Amino acid sequence: MEASTEVVKPIRLDARFRHEIMGEPGGETLKVCFQCGTCTSGCPIARFSRSYRPRQIIQMTQLGMRSKVLSSDTLWLCAACYTCTDRCPQDVEVASVLRVLRNLAVKEGFMPSIYKEMANNVLGTGYAYKITDMRLRKREEFKLPPLPKANLKDLAKLAKITKFTKITET
Amino acid sequence: MPEGKYLFFLGCVIPYRVPSYEISARKVCEKLDIQLVEMPEFNCCGLPLDPVNHDMMLALAARNLCLAERVGLPIVTLCNGCAGTLRKVNRRLKSDKGLKEKVNCYLKEIGMEFKGTTEAKHFIQVLAEDIGLEKLKKIVQKPFEKLQVAEHYGCHLLRPLKEIGFENPEDPKVLKKLIEITGAKCLDYADETECCGATIVGINSEIPLMLTREKLHRVKEAGAQALITICPSCHLMFDTNQPRIERKFGEKIDLPVLHYPQLLALTVGINPEDLALKEHKIDASEKIVLFC
Repeated sequence: MEASTEVVKPIRLDARFRHEIMGEPGGETLKVCFQCGTCTSGCPIARFSRSYRPRQIIQMTQLGMRSKVLSSDTLWLCAACYTCTDRCPQDVEVASVLRVLRNLAVKEGFMPSIYKEMANNVLGTGYAYKITDMRLRKREEFKLPPLPKANLKDLAKLAKITKFTKITET
Repeated sequence: MPEGKYLFFLGCVIPYRVPSYEISARKVCEKLDIQLVEMPEFNCCGLPLDPVNHDMMLALAARNLCLAERVGLPIVTLCNGCAGTLRKVNRRLKSDKGLKEKVNCYLKEIGMEFKGTTEAKHFIQVLAEDIGLEKLKKIVQKPFEKLQVAEHYGCHLLRPLKEIGFENPEDPKVLKKLIEITGAKCLDYADETECCGATIVGINSEIPLMLTREKLHRVKEAGAQALITICPSCHLMFDTNQPRIERKFGEKIDLPVLHYPQLLALTVGINPEDLALKEHKIDASEKIVLFC
């Protein structure tokens, strides 16, 4: 048998990645995951998705596959139902670790466009969704009180200090 | 804090697309002498932005809590997402000194400070804990006699248990008890506490529709004539999207979905015409009203 000529490429791993995540509030419990898979087996999204596996994302993070994790589309499929967090036998806050990963992905320039839309809605109106004039007229017809107006100055200040404004600029 | 008086946190999804929930809840409040005080200048609870910026979520939620602290009233909300977020942030800021300091630094920018003097509750908590099942039972005039329904609790009022501090998320009972005081039978079905998928609709619309469809089928198979929800986002999935599911999968489901206040209202002498049942995609006005 001839020797294989295929070159085995090493995966680029970042040994600091797990520490980066564990250093963020909500990411601390990453270290105690022993890969039992309770999170994936109870995950409602994983049942219907071919690609979304929370256990796998946690493992890739532990291993240091930084760019692969942060650029992954599947990172955005977590519905934040927190079933994984409640059921984890190791008390890993799985959904919170995923949130830390998403927040970091945003900083690295990976963000689904829906969030830009919602960010603009919140900063422009105080509400996450665009409430149309038709809806406002309907409120009147139903004799509901007028919709409260948000304090946009306050929201702009909070967005600036939490560095949220950046999201709407990209 | 004054009894029976709450600051009404409307949230975003209800004014966006689910007026029937607000209309029916306000009617029930009138009937029960629950005073809803309007909440000027509130903003999004923060939940939809948590995936992209956790600190902005904390700041938005904390600002709402500060508004409630100023008027000295507890918050009541109809939305699981808002209730979960406001409860979670309130509890965390009350117990985590470091986090409170950090968030207060943000709030200082807008002349506010979180003190930890308010509470946030979901409407069903107000009904079950503050009004109480015994009192509710007394105002039920025309209980349903043959109606069988199922409940969908939704996620954010239950999970994560450690942070929300309400009911056991694997076997919650309060909504079932609230349903049964109306005389309707609340049936069990598989995976009752599973998520509807609404939070990822903007990322992937296929998976939430499959989750919702599976649940609607299970509820029908159990023999329920309606599904009862307590969250506007869940209601959007099960009612507003039901015709979409029917078209996509070429099937008829035709399962009415009611907000809990609508179900209760029908038994306490509120006119069905006042419950905006016609706003729903799946018309419940004839099917369910006939039972009472």
